[in-house]
Amino acid sequence: MSADFVARGQDLELESIRKEFPGFVAVDDLDLKIPAGEFFALLGPSGCGKTTTLRMIAGLETPSAGRILIGGNDVTDQKPHQRPVNTVFQNYALFPHMSVEENVAFGLKQRKVDNPQQQAQAALEMVELQHLAARRPQQLSGGQQQRVALARALVNRPALLLLDEPLGALDLKLRRQMQIELKAIQMEVGLTFLHVTHDQEEAMDMADTVAVMNHGHIEQMGAPEALYDRPKTAFVAKFLGQSNIFVGEVAEADDAKLAINFKGNRLAAPAARVEKTKGKVAIGVRPEKTSFHPEKPASDPAVNTLGPGTITDIRFTGVSNQYQIEIPEVGEITVFAQNIGKSPVVELGAEVWVSWKVEHSFGLADLPTGEEEVAE
Amino acid sequence: MAFVALGPQAPVASQKPTKTGRVALYLLLPGLFYLGLFFLTPLFSLILTSLKAPSATGVIGRYDVALEIGNYGYALGQYAPQIFRSFSFALIATVIALAISYPIAYFIGVTARNRPLLKGMLLTLVIAPFFISMLLRTFAWKQIFSNDSWLLNTLKDIGLMGADSYIIGTDFAVIFGLVYNFIPFMTLPIYASLDRLDLRLVEAGHDLYANSFTTFRKITFPLSMPGVISGTLLTFIPISGDYVVASRDFLGSTDTAMIGNVVEANFLRIQDYPTASALSVLLMAAIVILVSAYVRRSGTEDLL
Repeated sequence: MSADFVARGQDLELESIRKEFPGFVAVDDLDLKIPAGEFFALLGPSGCGKTTTLRMIAGLETPSAGRILIGGNDVTDQKPHQRPVNTVFQNYALFPHMSVEENVAFGLKQRKVDNPQQQAQAALEMVELQHLAARRPQQLSGGQQQRVALARALVNRPALLLLDEPLGALDLKLRRQMQIELKAIQMEVGLTFLHVTHDQEEAMDMADTVAVMNHGHIEQMGAPEALYDRPKTAFVAKFLGQSNIFVGEVAEADDAKLAINFKGNRLAAPAARVEKTKGKVAIGVRPEKTSFHPEKPASDPAVNTLGPGTITDIRFTGVSNQYQIEIPEVGEITVFAQNIGKSPVVELGAEVWVSWKVEHSFGLADLPTGEEEVAE
Repeated sequence: MAFVALGPQAPVASQKPTKTGRVALYLLLPGLFYLGLFFLTPLFSLILTSLKAPSATGVIGRYDVALEIGNYGYALGQYAPQIFRSFSFALIATVIALAISYPIAYFIGVTARNRPLLKGMLLTLVIAPFFISMLLRTFAWKQIFSNDSWLLNTLKDIGLMGADSYIIGTDFAVIFGLVYNFIPFMTLPIYASLDRLDLRLVEAGHDLYANSFTTFRKITFPLSMPGVISGTLLTFIPISGDYVVASRDFLGSTDTAMIGNVVEANFLRIQDYPTASALSVLLMAAIVILVSAYVRRSGTEDLL
């Protein structure tokens, strides 16, 4: 790795950015601050406005209102070629009439940098493609094209690198490998990365901070672990992994915990993990935090229990089994159990009780609308 | 055994045409027959005629089979100005047609891409001239440019033209007519190329610090080269041989005669068939050489 590539990334600030298209609002007064040098992921379903946001930062789309600041400079009115930003496009957008090296050197030549060829070669070395410099993009595989696109953007040492679902077209194995490489390169060059994706695993795997976007606004933002452990809205709970969500009136609320009355069952969550303490409240739990038992567990205030129900579906997924348990009057609950030989031997139709520790419950700020499942 | 059969010394059996191979051959036959009858035969006849010598009987318009290569030297020497004029006019008209057609094609293929109604209307306008015979349209221009037309009278009244000046019969009139007639042939192939242009590549150019002009020069234009090349060939080749626009009956005069006019005169008026044929063969050879050099230089094989 050449020392030439060590440049500091800059921070990005979006101030009440808004984008209206005829008939709908794609981005709705979005505020966002990404610190310099961070790997930031903007995660959301298609049509949530994440790509429009990225295009506004690149200058390819003009915001209807709001300001964009890069390193403290207002770039809102700058043309794309004036911004210290480079993009790795979803379809790579490599120039078909130029060689790989000419593609990578393109930005350097525009900025009249010394020795563009040499720097392009160094960038190709970084992505281990120096031996293909003379080829045309269409002679390369998808993964190689992806790396050329990355080198073409990185070689300019932009203050901010935008990645627009760059791994979407790759197969699973290659995608995992590229995720690791991308993360390694980001740590190496210290640039600010803004990664737009609909793949929650990809976002959680690579990003320092993930912002979950829906309907043009950010639902929740934070470190991947925090987001997964404590989703604050039904959308985040359902989009980022899976969740079992139960809605009921608040039965008791004190400094330690909040409990709801869910169809005659008392379900509790720690007070520190709830967003809302009045009226109807949704309480959720991740499937891997739940377990089931062939007999009714002894009553314990530190454990939430539901049942009895019947196992309606068992899916073997390799590392874990996924069980669907249908509880009359309550509905369907998903339980993950790791295949470590400890889970109770059960079969379809068996009668079981489901339980989880109160400390694993989370209380949501809103109620599920039923639309979340459709989103992914 | 199976592997041996695939080796270099594969048995003779593989050389026998397969069933699908035979079917393909039969399907090709009508086309080959057509080409043989309507292309090779006339070409052979043309070359044969170009080498004939005047008949020993001395009758005008009668020629005997011979190997009179001097016909070519005579044609070249006699009609060098017209040959030169043909290619000059063709070059100038092609360049002007390109300059006019490219922005039109760009507007239809890129700017109006997401407006199907506008795009359809503009495309119809481009091909609308084809609905009227090219002869009639050229006649119309003759009227517009003729000496007592309102256009010339107006130009003379406001002093833009001298009282004795004229347009019909000048190089300007001929080149104007050629450009006018061939604009659709230039516009449509360029439009077809630009319509397929991936605009994300243009965005990538902007993203990589290229301003609009540089992006056009380095990305849009090179990627539209297949259309530009088809368009220039479809314009340059027919213009080189055109004999309508430059003829005295239309926009030209004897001062603007091109090869086509000379060939026509030799065939139909002077009945000098060998010279006319030699000129035709020369025109064909010159176009083949020019076009192959042009296509090779522009490197179309690199483009998608």
